[in-house]
Amino acid sequence: MSNKTAEQGSTAEIIQRCQALYDDLDFTAAREWKAAEPGRKVVGFMPVYVPCEIIHAAGMLPLGILGGGDQLEVIHGDAYYQSYICRIPRSTIELGITKRLDFVDGMLFPSICDVIRNLSGMWQLMFPDVYTRYFDVPQNYQDDVGGEYFTHELEDLKSGLESVGGKPITDDALRNSIVVYNENRQLVREVYEFRSDHPEQAPSSEVYLLMRAGMVLPVEEHTQMLRDYLGAARREERPLRDNCRIIINGAFCEQPPLNLIKSIEMAGCYIVDDDYMLVNRWLLEDVTVEGDPLTNLALAFLHSSADTAAKYCDSEEEVGKQLLDSVERYEAEGVIFSAASFCDPALLERPMLADKLAEKDIPYITFKYAENSGQMQPIREQAGTFADSIKLWS
Amino acid sequence: MNQNATEEIVKESSMLKQKAMIAENYENLTSAHETGRKVAATFVPGNLNELIMCFDMLNNLPEINAINNGMRKKSGMMVMQAEKMGHSEDVCTYVKADIGSMAKGSIAPNGKPMPPPDLLLLSYTGCFTFMKWFELLRHEYGCETAMLHVPYQGDGVVTENMRQYVVKQLKENIIPAMERVSGVKFDIDRLRENLRRSAQAEDDFVWVMESAKNKRSPIDAYFGGVYYIGPIFTAFRGTEMAVNYYRTLREEIEERIAAGKGPITPDGDMAEEKYRLVVEGPPNWTSFREFWKMFYDEGAVVVASTYTKVGGVYDFGFRHDPDNPLETLADYCLGCYTNRNLRQRTDMLERFVNDYEADGLLINSIKSCNSFSAGQLMLMREIEERTGKPGAFIETDLVDPRYFSAANVKNRLESYFQMIEQKRATAAVA
Ligand code: SF4
Ligand code: SF4
Repeated sequence: MSNKTAEQGSTAEIIQRCQALYDDLDFTAAREWKAAEPGRKVVGFMPVYVPCEIIHAAGMLPLGILGGGDQLEVIHGDAYYQSYICRIPRSTIELGITKRLDFVDGMLFPSICDVIRNLSGMWQLMFPDVYTRYFDVPQNYQDDVGGEYFTHELEDLKSGLESVGGKPITDDALRNSIVVYNENRQLVREVYEFRSDHPEQAPSSEVYLLMRAGMVLPVEEHTQMLRDYLGAARREERPLRDNCRIIINGAFCEQPPLNLIKSIEMAGCYIVDDDYMLVNRWLLEDVTVEGDPLTNLALAFLHSSADTAAKYCDSEEEVGKQLLDSVERYEAEGVIFSAASFCDPALLERPMLADKLAEKDIPYITFKYAENSGQMQPIREQAGTFADSIKLWS
Repeated sequence: MNQNATEEIVKESSMLKQKAMIAENYENLTSAHETGRKVAATFVPGNLNELIMCFDMLNNLPEINAINNGMRKKSGMMVMQAEKMGHSEDVCTYVKADIGSMAKGSIAPNGKPMPPPDLLLLSYTGCFTFMKWFELLRHEYGCETAMLHVPYQGDGVVTENMRQYVVKQLKENIIPAMERVSGVKFDIDRLRENLRRSAQAEDDFVWVMESAKNKRSPIDAYFGGVYYIGPIFTAFRGTEMAVNYYRTLREEIEERIAAGKGPITPDGDMAEEKYRLVVEGPPNWTSFREFWKMFYDEGAVVVASTYTKVGGVYDFGFRHDPDNPLETLADYCLGCYTNRNLRQRTDMLERFVNDYEADGLLINSIKSCNSFSAGQLMLMREIEERTGKPGAFIETDLVDPRYFSAANVKNRLESYFQMIEQKRATAAVA
């Protein structure tokens, strides 16, 4: 699918489309994609990582479900969760109960934490006709141990999707999908690099929406959109502000409201790296195309995937290494630990990362949010004070 | 499971035995430096005690230390200490009690300092927090960590791929790490012997827990159950001591049944059995006795609980199998309660309500624990629907006293007992 208007469009036009996709809690774009040809299937997935290549190779649309945001009124979902559990599962349940996901043929729940894990069981009970799978990933990174296990898991997923689609997924189709996703990953990396180099040209609120669009659009269309955005952003001149450069960490699952991202920027921070849409950036390098595609996907997971709280870090030396590298690489002046309330992975990991930053005298602040947080004033003040102190002391 | 609380209740022979076992274990742990024994810290679910013993290592369980500190009313301070150190108020309080206790010098119940572990044996079984907990301890102690990743039963089955993955990790990662740390060579026959003893104790343990099927249950399978699971869930599974303990306990329960007695409580034998409950979720430890009293004062006895399955589900036939030593360890880890998916948990609870002829399901939802808690409201509704028995929901925490509101819990329980009465009355009329 090409997008003529966006191709020639300005960043504003592209972002307007992304905003519309982001606001659309009925997933109309995905519904239309499904309706365009008989037999098409849609497979939903939650953060943070599933191998979309396999879904794509089955001719299906991978649909990223990142909660209900701040516009969804959660009526039923709260009856399923105690107050001390984060929000994303309850808004996801709300999406399910209100039939906003009634066109979804399969749901994948990745191994990120016990909440998402248990949600997979709830989904099995609530929607018995939907292909529902808890997608486990290895926490052992040896090729012959975790790698072998994971390759088998990928085979299982593949055969599950084959039965949903009623046709086999060939190795060639998988290789083709790996190529398609490598291209997308390449563009995603370029966008983030560009933002770091020219944060004034690619504000984080825009980059965020652009990446969110990748959750609901076919990957080819998203790749084109990224290309168009980069072209437009390079052409447009925007004023450079005297902002400090910061990195956001801990927001890889439940997403903050868009206003929160805007507030951080407005408070005087350029976000030069973040883990909001880690879903798009999970694999750090291209996946090898030649050879057995499932093995290649498994090895990519083991050896070149993002270091995030949902994974086991097998040595103390590696803890926080990617974050520190990112601080150096993107010349960040500070880190904002911004995690969803009650988010075990992010909040348990935070003290270790904070220590690593402290060892290197890298300033940081911490705060929590919920996807429906409404009050931005405290965050703006906190981020503003942080930015001021960085400017003052650096 | 806990030394202090054991002292408080009426002492039967099994209790004295357990008390001596625990005291000896703490002595062994706190004198490890002098005796040169190595210490493996590990978690209750999926603990590999039989394997640990093959290397002459001692097993130290941080959850049990947190429970001890909770029951001795020390955990509140520790949790706050950890929060002061930057740990979030939102995360599991076992972790914070552990880290807070380290900051205060990790004193064992015998008053002596607990040695730092030589190996963090991370059995990542059914709880995400485990993984980060040991990363945090590694961050503090800098000692070797061996990770055993136990895949979750997402589809409610253990596949050969899952089993072989665990076995392979045992062979390639866990056993070599234990050999390295302990300096002892692995001897599979020693493991078989330990497993044989485990299976023996497990038979008696299951018999004890199933004795609650008697109408007038001789045991309380939650509050009392906490003590019964002590040896088998901790540092004693696979020892002769555990075999003896469960044999003695079984004999005592046999006597109670013959005498028509109900469970022992901290105030002596329970007077009357009015309500039979199944309980899901761990107990609160900081007000454990007060909590228990709210039940026995009303004549409520817990006939089955899921908490007594966290360190292994033996109810449906699983026993450690000396003929397949590594595979059986894998199956044990894979089968722990929190490693079972929500459908399996629901099925299990339904079965308990029916098999133990319970009046309903009570959920003690723990703020700390997403592994247990996320999904419990749905689980309750499912059980109500499937069994026609009423469910009730209370909220407390493990070792953070700030989250135990006695008045709230009591109110809820009272209304629940009334609801059961009403159900009975309606059933009688119908
Ligand atoms: S926000 Fe955190 S705790 Fe909640 S589902 Fe996501 S990873 Fe799990
Ligand atoms: S209480 Fe729950 S969250 Fe905490 S360690 Fe135990 S199982 Fe994990």
